[in-house]
Amino acid sequence: MIINIARKELKGLFSSPMGWVILALLQFVFATFFLMGIDQYFLTMSGAMRPDQRIGVTEFVGSNVFGIASFIMLFAVPLLSMRLISEERRQQTLPFLFSAPLSLTEIVLGKFFGLVTFLTITILLIGSMMFSLNLWADIDTGFVLSNIAGLWLLVASFCALGIYVSSTTQQPVVAAIITFVALFALLLLDHFLAGDPSNTVAYLSLMKHFEPFSRGLVDTRDIAYFVLFIVTFLTLTIRRLDADRLRG
Amino acid sequence: MTTITVEASDLTRKYGGRAAVSNVSFSLNKGEVLGFLGPNGAGKSTTMKMLTGNLAPSNGSVKICGIDMIEKPKDAKALIGYLPEQPPLYRELTVDEFLTIAARLHRVSRGHIKKAVDIAKQRCGLTEMGKRLIENLSKGYQQRVGIAQAIIHNPMVVILDEPTVGLDPIQIRDIRALIKELGGEHSVILSTHILPEVEMVCDRVQIIHKGSLVFNGSIDVLKEQRHGNRLLLGLHHPPATESLLAIPGVESVDAVEGGFLRVHHTPGHVPAEALVQAAVSQGWGLFQINPDQTSLEEVFVQLTFQEPAAA
Repeated sequence: MIINIARKELKGLFSSPMGWVILALLQFVFATFFLMGIDQYFLTMSGAMRPDQRIGVTEFVGSNVFGIASFIMLFAVPLLSMRLISEERRQQTLPFLFSAPLSLTEIVLGKFFGLVTFLTITILLIGSMMFSLNLWADIDTGFVLSNIAGLWLLVASFCALGIYVSSTTQQPVVAAIITFVALFALLLLDHFLAGDPSNTVAYLSLMKHFEPFSRGLVDTRDIAYFVLFIVTFLTLTIRRLDADRLRG
Repeated sequence: MTTITVEASDLTRKYGGRAAVSNVSFSLNKGEVLGFLGPNGAGKSTTMKMLTGNLAPSNGSVKICGIDMIEKPKDAKALIGYLPEQPPLYRELTVDEFLTIAARLHRVSRGHIKKAVDIAKQRCGLTEMGKRLIENLSKGYQQRVGIAQAIIHNPMVVILDEPTVGLDPIQIRDIRALIKELGGEHSVILSTHILPEVEMVCDRVQIIHKGSLVFNGSIDVLKEQRHGNRLLLGLHHPPATESLLAIPGVESVDAVEGGFLRVHHTPGHVPAEALVQAAVSQGWGLFQINPDQTSLEEVFVQLTFQEPAAA
């Protein structure tokens, strides 16, 4: 049943130009940075004479592409997640889902995985770009895979927050703006608190937990953080929808 | 043998301190069509939302074919097809795509989805519209798509909230025929404020007013109240009341505006023939005689205004 709702969401995304346009734009931006990364690699490396100045092509291009990807997703996810529930509220299509034999958990999970699947397409495209380097150079597979995993978890967290904000309002645009601001704050939390790295609030920053992945380090603490973040917001969404039923 | 498909007991829904629906209880048998009548804001839609599990009742319970809606919502919902007031349609999809999704979500088995979609389209007269975007359909066709998604999984109970709103007269006739047809094998609950519609399609009627049931019974009872023991008589030269009262069966006579007389007669004994004979032989100038029916509207108004009078 979760799969059926996810399929419905994907169908909705792809039946309007919105899905295709966002997919194409994202790919265009990532490919541009990928290309620029390779260009700059040769320029920089030809100037770097000493061996300790030299870094591998995977790390150089990878940090470029994945760095920008995490930033671009900050804008892309609110645009995609804003419609998930608020649009259904506005078009009054929620009764269709509520009166079908589905639990609220299934509805929310289905919507979440529908959106995550859509964004996974982009992440896979980035991955395949990176692996295409393997045709000319010997790349660091582990580094790329850890970056992909990190980006995927980051994007899934964005989606979870986005779906919750979407469930609280009827206006998709309001949902998009709130999601964007919230995500932006969560990403930059450690910048605000740069002076005090041990601060508990800084620990909530999503970027802080993405950073080890981008260095190629897969830490279960960071995975746990992302998973907890996702579970929390999905639970809140379910509670929010249940309140609809209870309070009317 | 009759089987009870819907059983509502003491349904109450409060918004803040105000009860939108209070203590509504009824049951519905298989194959019956139940009409839900009431003025605006009476609680029709709220009751329907509670029946379909879209709204949790503050008190009371709903059982669909014996399955409790609150304890086992998924199993109970699988037996219901629901068309809300505003048909829930994904406008960016085509009719076929939308109905396929509806069938999938309502647990229609994979192999039967295509067939179920075709049957639902055929029953709602949408066969030609399969490839059209819902967005581009007229209001009437959108309404039909809404009905199609409610009956796609062949539910035991079909609940339609004002299904004929926005349709043209021919479509209304088709939809009424469809509802009658559905009544054969499913139970149907429909709400409406078009009174003749109720008389045409429903077996039973419930009138709800200010959140509580004021009438619950077979449509025949309502019809009987409607066909009172009265005749409407149009005379050019009306005689004195006494000469009318002399005719056997006539109990009383009132004058109505427009030169008409309303003749109350004893039940089961219609003095029409005697009246006509008297009119002809005595030259009263008879130009009209017909049974005087209270319109359904009047019965409805009577029932919904009883309460403030009693209070």
